[in-house]
Amino acid sequence: MATIHVDGNAYDVDGSDNLLHACLSLGLDIPYFCWHPAMGSVGACRQCAVKQYKDENDTQGKIVMSCMTPAADNSWIAIDDDDAKAFRARVVEWLMTYHPHDCPVCAEGGHCHLQDMTVMTGHSQRRYRFTKRTHRNQYLGPFVAHEMNRCINCYRCVRFYNDYAGGTDLGVFGMHNNLYFGRHEEGVLESPFAGNLTEVCPTGVFTDKTHTRHYTRKWDLQYAPSVCHQCAVGCNTSPGERYGSVRRIENRYHGEVNGYFLCDRGRFGYDYINRDDRPRRPEWHDAGVKTLDVDPALDRGADLLRRADRVIGIGSPRASLESNHQLKTLVGENNFSTGIAAAEQACLARMAGIDAAGALATPTPREMESHDAVLVLGEDLHHSAARLGLNVRQAVLGRREELAEERGIPLWNAEAVKTLAQDSYHPLYIAYPSATELDGISAASMRLAPDNIARLGFAIAHEIDAEAPAVDGLDAATQAHAKEIARALLAAERPLVISGGSLESTAILDATDSVVRALARREKNGGLLMVRREANSTGLALMDGKPLERALEQVSLGHADALVVLENDLYERLPQARVDETLDAADGLIVIDHQRTQTWQRANLGLPAASFAETDGTLVNLEGRAQRFYQVYDPRHLRPECRLHAGWRWLDALRASLGRSAGEPLTFAKAVADCAESHPALAGMESAGDHAELPGTLKLARSPHRYSGRTSMRADISVSEPRMPQDPETPFEFSMEGYSGFDRPRRNVPFAWAPGWNSPQAWNKFTDSVGGHLSGGDPGICVAGTVKAASSGYPAANRIPAAFAHQGDRFQLWVLPRLFGGEATSARADAIAERAQTPCLRLSAADARALDAEDGETLTLTAGESRLPLALHIEADLPDGLVTLPAGVMPGAPNGHWVTLDKAPGKTPGKEDG
Amino acid sequence: MMTSIPSNSRLRYKSQLRQPASERLEHTHPLTWRLNDDGSRVGLDEYRQKNGYVGAQNALEQAPDDIIQAMKTANVRGRGGGGFSAGVKWSLTQVGDNLPRGYMVCNADEMEPGTFKDRLLMEQQPHLLIEGMIISARANRSKYGYIFLRGEYVDAARSLSLAIEEAREAGLLGDDVAGSGFDFDISLHTGAGRYICGEETALINSLEGKRANPRAKPPFPGQSGAWGKPTVVNNVETLCNAPAVLQHGAEWYQELSGNLSNDGGTKLYGVSGLVACPGLWELPIGTTGWDILERAGGMREGHTLKTWLPGGGSTGFLLPEHLELPLDFDTVGQYGSRLGTGLLTVVSQRQSLVALLRNLEQFFARESCGWCTPCRDGLPWAAKILQTLEHGEGRPGDIELLQEHAANIGPGLTFCAHAPGAAMPLESAIRHFRADFAAGIVEEDAKGGSAVADGSDTAAAKEEVS
Repeated sequence: MATIHVDGNAYDVDGSDNLLHACLSLGLDIPYFCWHPAMGSVGACRQCAVKQYKDENDTQGKIVMSCMTPAADNSWIAIDDDDAKAFRARVVEWLMTYHPHDCPVCAEGGHCHLQDMTVMTGHSQRRYRFTKRTHRNQYLGPFVAHEMNRCINCYRCVRFYNDYAGGTDLGVFGMHNNLYFGRHEEGVLESPFAGNLTEVCPTGVFTDKTHTRHYTRKWDLQYAPSVCHQCAVGCNTSPGERYGSVRRIENRYHGEVNGYFLCDRGRFGYDYINRDDRPRRPEWHDAGVKTLDVDPALDRGADLLRRADRVIGIGSPRASLESNHQLKTLVGENNFSTGIAAAEQACLARMAGIDAAGALATPTPREMESHDAVLVLGEDLHHSAARLGLNVRQAVLGRREELAEERGIPLWNAEAVKTLAQDSYHPLYIAYPSATELDGISAASMRLAPDNIARLGFAIAHEIDAEAPAVDGLDAATQAHAKEIARALLAAERPLVISGGSLESTAILDATDSVVRALARREKNGGLLMVRREANSTGLALMDGKPLERALEQVSLGHADALVVLENDLYERLPQARVDETLDAADGLIVIDHQRTQTWQRANLGLPAASFAETDGTLVNLEGRAQRFYQVYDPRHLRPECRLHAGWRWLDALRASLGRSAGEPLTFAKAVADCAESHPALAGMESAGDHAELPGTLKLARSPHRYSGRTSMRADISVSEPRMPQDPETPFEFSMEGYSGFDRPRRNVPFAWAPGWNSPQAWNKFTDSVGGHLSGGDPGICVAGTVKAASSGYPAANRIPAAFAHQGDRFQLWVLPRLFGGEATSARADAIAERAQTPCLRLSAADARALDAEDGETLTLTAGESRLPLALHIEADLPDGLVTLPAGVMPGAPNGHWVTLDKAPGKTPGKEDG
Repeated sequence: MMTSIPSNSRLRYKSQLRQPASERLEHTHPLTWRLNDDGSRVGLDEYRQKNGYVGAQNALEQAPDDIIQAMKTANVRGRGGGGFSAGVKWSLTQVGDNLPRGYMVCNADEMEPGTFKDRLLMEQQPHLLIEGMIISARANRSKYGYIFLRGEYVDAARSLSLAIEEAREAGLLGDDVAGSGFDFDISLHTGAGRYICGEETALINSLEGKRANPRAKPPFPGQSGAWGKPTVVNNVETLCNAPAVLQHGAEWYQELSGNLSNDGGTKLYGVSGLVACPGLWELPIGTTGWDILERAGGMREGHTLKTWLPGGGSTGFLLPEHLELPLDFDTVGQYGSRLGTGLLTVVSQRQSLVALLRNLEQFFARESCGWCTPCRDGLPWAAKILQTLEHGEGRPGDIELLQEHAANIGPGLTFCAHAPGAAMPLESAIRHFRADFAAGIVEEDAKGGSAVADGSDTAAAKEEVS
């Protein structure tokens, strides 16, 4: 701790911070540009100047940059000093000399840090009277727009993109006042974190293209705290809505999960909920399609269920716990399926078991960054849980901080820390079949077939603890790697093991179990994090449902005759023939979904579900954190004809109709309580979020107080103004009415705004300290993965797989996760579809030679009855005998099965079709 | 790089040195006494015949701390313009068992406007620099040396490459330097032509292959320099002073300047501009401007001295009356300027100071690395105002705006010393010659009123009415 004196007041602060960080944490306003809480100080913009005095008797003082000055004990500074204020106004005046002042047409306007800082410093009159230099802009892909003329040269973009996120295709060119921040040539920004540039950039150089397509100012959007549904990490987001459609996704600060950054799938993959073809009214599919109102739909649904002898309910890992639970209640425990394919569910169960055994604790994503050695078994994080890839990168770069501390360099001195450490990293080992984005900073990346990844894992465990089972017939290279990795993990203070179900290999998970048990036996204070696939995969694994195949079997075998499918497209999970067979056999199919999926098309009755933006619910992320997402807007307010309801509401209503009871409709609070009560493992989920505040307390506003047009936006429907939609379920009001301040502890923050702080930098007002936790505590609660005493022994000892062996002309198939296009809902968003690369299958160079196939040539993959023609990409280092496919191109592709590859007839190079 | 040494190489250079060999003696002119009148390059044999590498030999037999102490006692101050004690700098290089041996970097990126002293030393007597670097490396425990040479100095590059090869063949560089057990070698790196690379931390970034942006200090290069290792950066002339200190002793060196200055040794002074005989002279540090100007033969026929820069474009303008000051670091600093490189630029009464300053500020604006705001965006604005003043298109308030710029790009306000260096001539020129600038301003009446309506106009109008 240190005491600093600011404008005559004494404050206790963390002395390891710089003055800017310390003052912002105290709630004092100092303008700044180049500094960022996640990226430290570089002293470039000179905006955060304050006056510093030698001691209390010094009346002269001198101007210093607060970001580059330690908050040393007994520091005396003045923010409110005439010289410092004048200098800060000059800095903005300089920055604005070439700025185009195009705020009215700029997408950043209204949440622009440059606007905020210009107002804060009081620069209001332009004295620069000469011409401005101009730049040409670049096409940077479907996500991020580029307008270099607005640039104020703060260098934040390149520091984030390259230093923080490890990108290589964004740079700064030129010098003096002719700097250019862009790519060496036009093209799609390669980093999966490029979207953060829209928030990192203090002005409108990098803006959200998807937002611009249906643009609305920040102050005109309606928000709610939400949770990203596009993978299992559970990043906190703020979707912004106007006129009944979501216009953009912003990062919602969470101190333990996502901090300041999202991945591009999470940020830009939302547009599927705005699709025109979304079902918005119940549909009865007979000879044709008949739309129904709610009551007739429920009647028909109840009839359909009544006629059935046995109804199977198929839940979904992309639906909320509450909806899944209501489905389970409707169909009964024995008839409930998680909607997850058996192979994946086996992995989920194995992961839940490993977590419950608790050999090593599960770190939060933020905690991952403080681990000093990382082993990744069978995951490509940038594709399977992208945000975590960023966390692992920070963990690996953490070595810099150790070195800096040894040499007395403050950790916030970003460039100095980087310079000192150069290429010194904490060790990272990756075992995966294919190349991964993190290979560039790994100590070793081993390209192995999944069974060999498992064998490596078992071997590492044996090296760590001799009592762990040894691996028979291990090759020398793997043996050497195992030794090296074991040594590195044991040398570390806090080794981190990352694994997961991406390859659907229980063998890899068994090996992971052995490694963490071995580390626990050596009393290592390590961590284990296992990647799950979907937003609520972890939650569904705790709900005790049958795997999808088992459920469908009941119908195919005639043990059941009707199905209720909740927010799940069966055709995305199993081969077409397998699903067709079941659905052909079923007498009745009710589908509740917010997307017009292939399964929806087969339904007798389709009930349109509310998406994450239109209802409340709870998800459990991969660390076992139950998190609440809240309804952003009421779709009926602007589209009175639509009949969207939460899955859990439809299911409760179906049950009521079935029982011909006219009881009270289910409230969200009751839906949460029911689920928590029925599942001991989920007992904590009630504290994942908040219900309506106590009577008499102010509700929270969903919109900024400048929200415009509220009373006129329905004028095209009716000139009479109905009452605003009411929300008795949550602490939020559907309007700008209610509290949106930061002077009380907050944890449910729909949008961050504070007087003078319109940009995302306003989050600093809502945290207990800058870069810390939300003032009311970070939202969510961990329900799973609680640490118990490590059980002894190695239960997987007899499950060590044999070494992978090439099978002549057959290839082992592995589906690899794919960030863009590999997830079914976000793949329906235009921007994601545009960003997704053309899928291809991959073979090693030797295998391609053996097939006499060339790069780019089309090969036909045959797996059982499924055939798929796809272009070949030769990946030289891929293990021989494997063929890999990106996720999302061959539903239900059997991971680990042996498939054949044939040259597509007529596509042989050099032999043109007649 | 050259791969072999021509057997009878007598490379010859056009010398700017204006002192004949008869005047340059070993005990009074340690930097230049070995140079030949015909400008021919002093090769290894000749250099050794003239007591070359004796200082280095002494240094290799001494403890590093003793070398540093000698440099401190001799009070060799940084000849690149900073004037920081070389001995003190060397003592700040971090050493320790757990620290890697770092780098000895010679700043040979001589690009200060009006400066051409290092070039002479590198072209005609490259071994003096190599010897200085060996001494510095020994004192700083450096593992490897780099000479960061201005790219345009192609002749110096040839001479240095040859000398490095000669020294390697003679066992003076490489493993086990001169049988001492100390390893040290040198590579020559030629710059791509940016003034900012003369700033030591920008130089290091450039050497590493990065953008030539300066680095924040602390940490200083001695703590974390090139590739994060302890690094010492010295100017060519500074390093060239070390051999004589190590050969003849610190007291002898300190005595060279007699009672002219507290600083020790000699200095390569020079003059450029409209003088009769521009050139270089090695003189005791603390020699007066008059003395040097006289050696240059005074102003050219028909010209009288208006003002002068004592040591390059980034030093402040001085008046003719200041010629009587001893030119050393402390004295010049007391008169609103800096000694800088010690090469005088004289300005005649018949030259336009505004045009000269505009040229200088355009240079500084162009050479800004673009990292910090005041330098990147302030200097071009100042240059544009100067341009209008030069063309007689200035507006009332322009001079004040220039002064405001000079005040707001001073030391501490900007990231490195580049913009403060640009501020010094700007501020001093306006202070001494405000009328020259005022002459470029079009009065409001002529333009038909101020372009920007402000409160003062209204107030004045009101007064007139009442």
